[in-house]
Amino acid sequence: MILAISWRNVWRSKTRSFVILFAIALGIFTGVFNYAFYNGMALQRINSAISTEASHIQIHPQGYLEDPDEKQFISKAEQLAAQISEIDSVKAASSRFIVQGMIQSPSTSSGIKVFGVQPDKEAEVTNLYSKIIDGAYFEGIKRNPVIIGKKLADKLKIKVRSKVVITFSDKEGYISGASFRVAGIFETSNTMYDGGNVFVRTEDLTNLYGTDATAGHEIAVLLDHSDMVTNINQKLKTKYASYDVRDWREIMPQVSMLESSLDISMYIFMIIILLALIFGIINTMLMAVLERTKELGMLMSIGMNKARVFRMIMVETVLLSLIGGVVGIVMGIVVTLLTAKSGIDISIVAEGFGAMGYDSIVYPVLKVQNVVDVVIMVFITGMLAAIYPAMKALKLKPAEAIRIDM
Amino acid sequence: MNVIEVKNLEKTYNDSEVQVHAVQGINLEIEEGEFTAIVGPSGCGKTTFLNMLGGLDQPSVGDIRIGDTLVHELKPSELIDFRLHNIGFVFQAYNLIPVLTAKENVEFIMQLQGRDKTERDKRAIDLLTEVGLGDRIDSRPSRLSGGQQQRVAVARALASKPKFVLADEPTANLDSKSTETLLDIMEKLNKEENITFIFSTHDMRVVNKARRVVTLEDGKIISDERK
Repeated sequence: MILAISWRNVWRSKTRSFVILFAIALGIFTGVFNYAFYNGMALQRINSAISTEASHIQIHPQGYLEDPDEKQFISKAEQLAAQISEIDSVKAASSRFIVQGMIQSPSTSSGIKVFGVQPDKEAEVTNLYSKIIDGAYFEGIKRNPVIIGKKLADKLKIKVRSKVVITFSDKEGYISGASFRVAGIFETSNTMYDGGNVFVRTEDLTNLYGTDATAGHEIAVLLDHSDMVTNINQKLKTKYASYDVRDWREIMPQVSMLESSLDISMYIFMIIILLALIFGIINTMLMAVLERTKELGMLMSIGMNKARVFRMIMVETVLLSLIGGVVGIVMGIVVTLLTAKSGIDISIVAEGFGAMGYDSIVYPVLKVQNVVDVVIMVFITGMLAAIYPAMKALKLKPAEAIRIDM
Repeated sequence: MNVIEVKNLEKTYNDSEVQVHAVQGINLEIEEGEFTAIVGPSGCGKTTFLNMLGGLDQPSVGDIRIGDTLVHELKPSELIDFRLHNIGFVFQAYNLIPVLTAKENVEFIMQLQGRDKTERDKRAIDLLTEVGLGDRIDSRPSRLSGGQQQRVAVARALASKPKFVLADEPTANLDSKSTETLLDIMEKLNKEENITFIFSTHDMRVVNKARRVVTLEDGKIISDERK
């Protein structure tokens, strides 16, 4: 019956309850949707980093990542990639030959990273081909095709079929280079990536560099599922101990950090919201206790012990918090679902985000675990908010409380 | 058999610089089945005396024995439990729980006692029928008149099967007709079921119904008449 009393007491002063419920619901909605928004943003960044840039796992010569010496390459990288792609749970593997160079157009020049890839294999490990916004993915140009990012194309003032000159140091350290013709222009969510990377065919690059076409500095490995990364990474580390095997988290720690920091920021944000709400809840419950001084005095007089009085106020406060919390969470889920398909266009403010690799359209994502966490946090808030009003109630002296004129 | 024995009861308040001797050496024995009115002018110590009888206040000096228990020796937590099982309260302003129906108000105290649902249901309906509210068991206090609410309060006081019922000015807020009805019910319960009632009152209608009238003045008993 204590639950029944508490429940009915919540609705006793409807206006007051609705005001605090609205505040709680709005606060929780803000927190939940804010989380869904940033979670969506971060997931898109992570997915984009994996599917467009890094793949799940990369294999390099030992020490290459710390000091990218072009002379240090895997001589039979193509064969190694083929061997790795046979491993269970590995969807595809592709080798890349990478050099640092310069790209020149009639207007200007720019420092770049040149990726020599096997177009078909590369298309199996990254979705670069799907990011082509003009021209085609290594098609339409027979000799020395190059794929460049939109940002770089804009900078060089070139378009599809434009001729560019790419120069770099060859195997012997001499300047080598050739003219390439733009086959396609890609645009990813990461403008920095688009501005600093170009893709050519491996054989075109290795010819100029002066090495065998099977050589490579990097093998990108794509798995069937993201949740297998740790397991397969470990397996490859053991099997190819002479190489440097790293998963995407190790290669892009700044992207990986998004995963862990997002949860922490979400909890901090939610705690701040709940801290602000807790004062409102305490105030509401204090008013409720004050209004019911006589009733509480009666209850204690007839034999309701302190534990039960405490529990009654605790249950009432938790119910009040949970009702508001659940309404807020439901609102958050509904708005997340409504925007999850269409996305939220933040292109007005997306320029800066693009430089950090974020899309201009964000698709909010809400995880079940986070909803559960919010419910628990609201529950705890309700319990904490109940303590002070309940203590006030317990300090009442029944004989005095019963005689107070309300 | 005595339900209550009070010996040399005193209560002094030291709240301010002035000491107030609200009760000064009261000795009283109340037997089972008595219908007693405690009367006296305002400030004579009626309420303080009743509070001490009900275990809501501690005496400064003296003993209160209810049944076999020395009430003043109980710890606060024991006192709450003692009140729950031994004393029925009827307050001047009814003091029902507004969010509960008449039946739930009566049931509530039995739930605090830990009685099972079937027994609670039956006893609540029986008691409300006995006080003439069998047809209003599902009404909330706001839908009942003052007299009806006070009858629910009497039913609630009896629900715990107390050793006695303490009623603090139970008719003060009632009109004549409601007062008459309430007193008839309490008198009937007293006669037929031998329930002990102790009232504090100014109301002559209550005094006239009482079979024993204890008059207080300045914290002392100045007369104790049995009719």
